[in-house]
Amino acid sequence: MTDRRRFLARTGAAGLALFSLSGCTKLSQKPWVGSLLGEVEKLTRRAQHLFAGSHALAPEFREADIAPEFRANGTLDPGTDEYSAHAAMGFKNWRVTVSGLVERPLSLALDDLKGLPSRTQITRHDCVEGWSCIGKWKGVPLASILAAARVKPEARYVVFRCADNMSPAGAEPQFYYESLDLLEATHPQTLLAYELNNAPLPVKHGAPVRLRAERQLGYKMAKYIKHIEVVAELTPIAGGRGGYWEDQGYSWYGGI
Amino acid sequence: MPFWQRVLGLRPPGPVTVIARHAVMTRVAHWLNAALLLVLLMSGLQIFNAHPALYLGEGSNFAHPVLAMTAEPGPDGSLKGTTWVGRNRFETTGMLGASDVDGFPTARGFPAWATLPGPQWLAMGRLWHFAAAWLFVLNGFLFAVWAAGRGHLRADLLPTRDDLKALPQTFLEHLRLRFPKGNAARRYNGLQKLAYMFVIFGLGPLALLTGLTMSPTMDAAMPQLLWLFGGRQTARTLHFLCAFSFVGFFLIHIAMVVLSGAWNNLRSMITGRYVIEDHHD
Repeated sequence: MTDRRRFLARTGAAGLALFSLSGCTKLSQKPWVGSLLGEVEKLTRRAQHLFAGSHALAPEFREADIAPEFRANGTLDPGTDEYSAHAAMGFKNWRVTVSGLVERPLSLALDDLKGLPSRTQITRHDCVEGWSCIGKWKGVPLASILAAARVKPEARYVVFRCADNMSPAGAEPQFYYESLDLLEATHPQTLLAYELNNAPLPVKHGAPVRLRAERQLGYKMAKYIKHIEVVAELTPIAGGRGGYWEDQGYSWYGGI
Repeated sequence: MPFWQRVLGLRPPGPVTVIARHAVMTRVAHWLNAALLLVLLMSGLQIFNAHPALYLGEGSNFAHPVLAMTAEPGPDGSLKGTTWVGRNRFETTGMLGASDVDGFPTARGFPAWATLPGPQWLAMGRLWHFAAAWLFVLNGFLFAVWAAGRGHLRADLLPTRDDLKALPQTFLEHLRLRFPKGNAARRYNGLQKLAYMFVIFGLGPLALLTGLTMSPTMDAAMPQLLWLFGGRQTARTLHFLCAFSFVGFFLIHIAMVVLSGAWNNLRSMITGRYVIEDHHD
């Protein structure tokens, strides 16, 4: 066969595979298809940044818009002995550390966080599954904490390490983690939130501290935050794709 | 010509004229669009299956979906699928709510044969959907610019006053499965023009905008979108309706293609050549 014929035959075969239904599922299982489709994520991210820039604010709503019951998803209770002990004591000994590419590493108790200037916002939470809930969040803008820790010039991402173990019992523990670029991390509505609807954050919503990144989907907003690490690269961490769900194939860019 | 011959669209016995029906641009854009819409529909149903319920407004009022597909064990222990449209309940086991995946009864909105990928796989469904969406928008945009620039829009797609006046007549003739012949077949009729205009400049852009309204970053960039559609969840419901309007258009489109001469129509969208009978009118 000539190259041209072979090319046509392969294109034809790929076309047929695409339109036979099982073919689509099989194609999806090939790593190159996933990475090719994943390239689109970069295009989407650039295009959305073009529109939203660094400062466009997520819409905020009225008290009357707050959902009567805010749905929780993902981990509903980390359930480890350590976490349960913290919960029993009202998280008074819970600390959030800030480390990595910063000039001044921090270790903040929950009361330290509550003592810092806060922001309260009524925003819509969008789950990757498709549903939305409106809630009122209070917390410390992450930008002010990063400013206090003095981020080094080579820093590019902020990684959140959490207390919820995602592995089944008996398996190697794998704690939830997530990451944002500095642009999203320092957005004025990005908070380390400790209150939902005027009450301390419930366990199912990430007590005592969770992330709010209002221009992103829910899975980007890590719950049960213990460590914040400022880094230049995401590849050395866990599966290397920047988050627990990202390592399972979800897009790192969660703006759509 | 007998009915079956007309349906097949074979070359009629009498004298004919062969015309160049569709430009290359139209043909390429048409088939790309067909493939992309199929991927968008099936990956869209995969995404829908992650939370098979629709709502109105900004947030999800979980107690009052406008549409929901649920599954629960029936009295005999087998999984029963139920579809709720508002408060109306429909038993839809095997199709909606619960259907077999590789032989196992599974709780899922749409069945595996209708989704891309087949099994529940939201992350992959999203990758397919967004990749196809970019190409769909690019293809539609290029076609629209070309059609406007080359006069195709004005000359062939915009209904004329006469087209509009003849609409009731055209409609009745379509119902009787009598389609334009001879010189009248050289041009799109009023119904065709309206249908194509509605899909290209109505449904397409509406699907794009309601899709973008579901993106939290786009809502920050353009909060007008939320105002325009009445909230993110309403936009999601409209997006779903857009998808099924495309399906509705597709079914009517295929019926018309087949009934007005399957082969002649199909060939004209592949090679561009279209046969017209000379002896009519």
